[in-house]
Amino acid sequence: MELKEKLISSFMAFEEQIDVTSELHDVRTSAIKNFENKGFPTKKEEAWKYTSLNAILKNDFTVFPKHENAIEFAEVKKYFLHEIDTYKVIFVDGKFSSFLSATTHDGVDVCLMSSALTKPKYKMVIDEYFNKIASKDESLTSLNTAFANEGAYINIPKSKVVEKPIEIIYFSTGKEDALMVQPRNLVIVGENAHVQIIERHQSLNENPVLTNAVTEIFAQKRAIVDYYKIQNDLQSANLIDNTYISQKQESRVSVHTFSFGGNITRNNLNFYHFGERIDSTLKGITIIGDKQHVDHYTLVNHATPNCESHQNYKTILADSSTGVFNGKIFVEKEAQKTDAFQQNNNILIGDKATINAKPQLEIFADDVKCSHGCTIGQLDESAMFYMQQRGIPKKEAKALLMYAFSNEVIESIKIPELKQRITKIIAQKLGVNLGFDL
Amino acid sequence: MLSIKNLHASVEDKEILKGINLEIKAGEVHAIMGPNGAGKSTLSSIIAGNENYEVSEGEIFLEGEDISELAPEERAHKGVFLSFQYPVEIPGVSVTNFIKTAINEKRKAHGQDEMPANEMLKLIREKSELLEMDRKFLSRSLNEGFSGGEKKRNEIFQMAMLEPKIAILDETDSGLDIDALRIVANGVNKLKNENNAVLVITHYQRLLDYIIPDFVHVLMDGKIVKSGGKELAYELEEKGYDWIKAELEV
Repeated sequence: MELKEKLISSFMAFEEQIDVTSELHDVRTSAIKNFENKGFPTKKEEAWKYTSLNAILKNDFTVFPKHENAIEFAEVKKYFLHEIDTYKVIFVDGKFSSFLSATTHDGVDVCLMSSALTKPKYKMVIDEYFNKIASKDESLTSLNTAFANEGAYINIPKSKVVEKPIEIIYFSTGKEDALMVQPRNLVIVGENAHVQIIERHQSLNENPVLTNAVTEIFAQKRAIVDYYKIQNDLQSANLIDNTYISQKQESRVSVHTFSFGGNITRNNLNFYHFGERIDSTLKGITIIGDKQHVDHYTLVNHATPNCESHQNYKTILADSSTGVFNGKIFVEKEAQKTDAFQQNNNILIGDKATINAKPQLEIFADDVKCSHGCTIGQLDESAMFYMQQRGIPKKEAKALLMYAFSNEVIESIKIPELKQRITKIIAQKLGVNLGFDL
Repeated sequence: MLSIKNLHASVEDKEILKGINLEIKAGEVHAIMGPNGAGKSTLSSIIAGNENYEVSEGEIFLEGEDISELAPEERAHKGVFLSFQYPVEIPGVSVTNFIKTAINEKRKAHGQDEMPANEMLKLIREKSELLEMDRKFLSRSLNEGFSGGEKKRNEIFQMAMLEPKIAILDETDSGLDIDALRIVANGVNKLKNENNAVLVITHYQRLLDYIIPDFVHVLMDGKIVKSGGKELAYELEEKGYDWIKAELEV
């Protein structure tokens, strides 16, 4: 049975386990219908022109893992930001792991989507926010919505500054031959509140995994949200990340995406503005090799006046890897005095590496500042010669240059321990030990 | 120390060096002067091993060893240093970390252990004081946002740290105000001794007031056309290069 059919028939089984009388039922039913009509996206669609899911979809994915799969902390410790204390919402093969997690209800809610979707005390919040910014049109988001059941639920009340970062990690044990998971996160950040979140998807062995994740983030007036996505997964892992952000007046939201590994990674990152003087930041570093594929598909929808958006994506492609950057900035007629900036720099170090870069600016207002720059190149030879002249061998010199190339993005990481961690991963990726922490 | 024999080099089939012969002994300072486009920077690049030029004929010897086929970093490990006219910016890598890496790569090439941290710090302090560099300067990203003078001072600081056998200063005076020029020249003079040598490549005589050459060579159209003592530099400053051209044509 093809995956699409399998998912549709699983939906009926899934519905039996849950409360079909709830309003959520209607949301899920229309979502599965949309997926049924549209199916998985193909390269015929403009938005998926450079990314094909065909090969992945041939796997016979388990949609609901049969076992409760436990893992030892020691086994996964290295994936945590263990240098500092954090809140943790951890999942193993799609199921919540209370053993590995450190959730809280003390002043803030850092807990589970499954509770939020079912417990009466969360009903009002769910009614107001769940599936309100996520696309009802996009088929993979609909697929996730249909099965939305588990994930992280984070609700930060007004004026609360969350003192420690929140880590959301989805582990796949590989105990299923092939596993499909569909996490659903909801993040609500109240007026003047501030939160830092790190999200990661990690396979623990080489069995294929397909993750179709949806995250909705709501930033209220003057809220500050710093969201970091670490994608450094095994060659067998595939990730489709759909993130939707709703920003109110004067809020500041940044999303950093670090794509260092995985088979196929697709990031759909969407920002929507509902108020003035909003600031949106989208940054990314992609360093991949082999036949890895990373596709960044971003949208910033400027709908209101006096807002800013800053995009900066750096890509280094080795071997036969492929990268895609499709950055869309939409400036509506009302959005006067918009300041939208987009930068996308790509370095190809593999002879067979490919990048498809497509900046897309659609501007309907007449008093705006929009700029974009896109470069595709090789490593600067004069810089290589400079470093070699100082006795630094070619490989190390290359690594230093690539680090310098990514530095602009690294510098804007606000959690020092995470910054260290990312630079360490980069040094590992580049295969060097420079004798100092980059 | 450095011996260049019948060096011919080209880039993209254009011959730039057309038979250079140069003999530099330990303890000497040589200057190469010449008009724009004569091949001065090409020569310094080739000595340092830049692979963008094709050496079609000739050899380069360092202390009797043919280094013509060595990679740039191998030449550096053996004691070739080139102070660049346009040093490269490396965001995110501090001056200190960069020089640490360079020193330890050299030690590694010589089969030595990494330099102990306290020794490194002491050396950095000593050499940065020699170049009158501010402490804060050392933690800045290499050359990023540096003024022209700061870049050159940083080049000579790296030279001081690496203690090369032959130091080639390519247009080190360009972009320097008089104070920076004095500091840089003073640094070079203090580092000079009986066991190393300096090759100054310059368009103007100005730097040679501070770093006094034993020999001055004129490079024109890919060849050394005239050599002399330091007085030749003054003559060139005064009369330009045309008289040499005229002399050659006669």
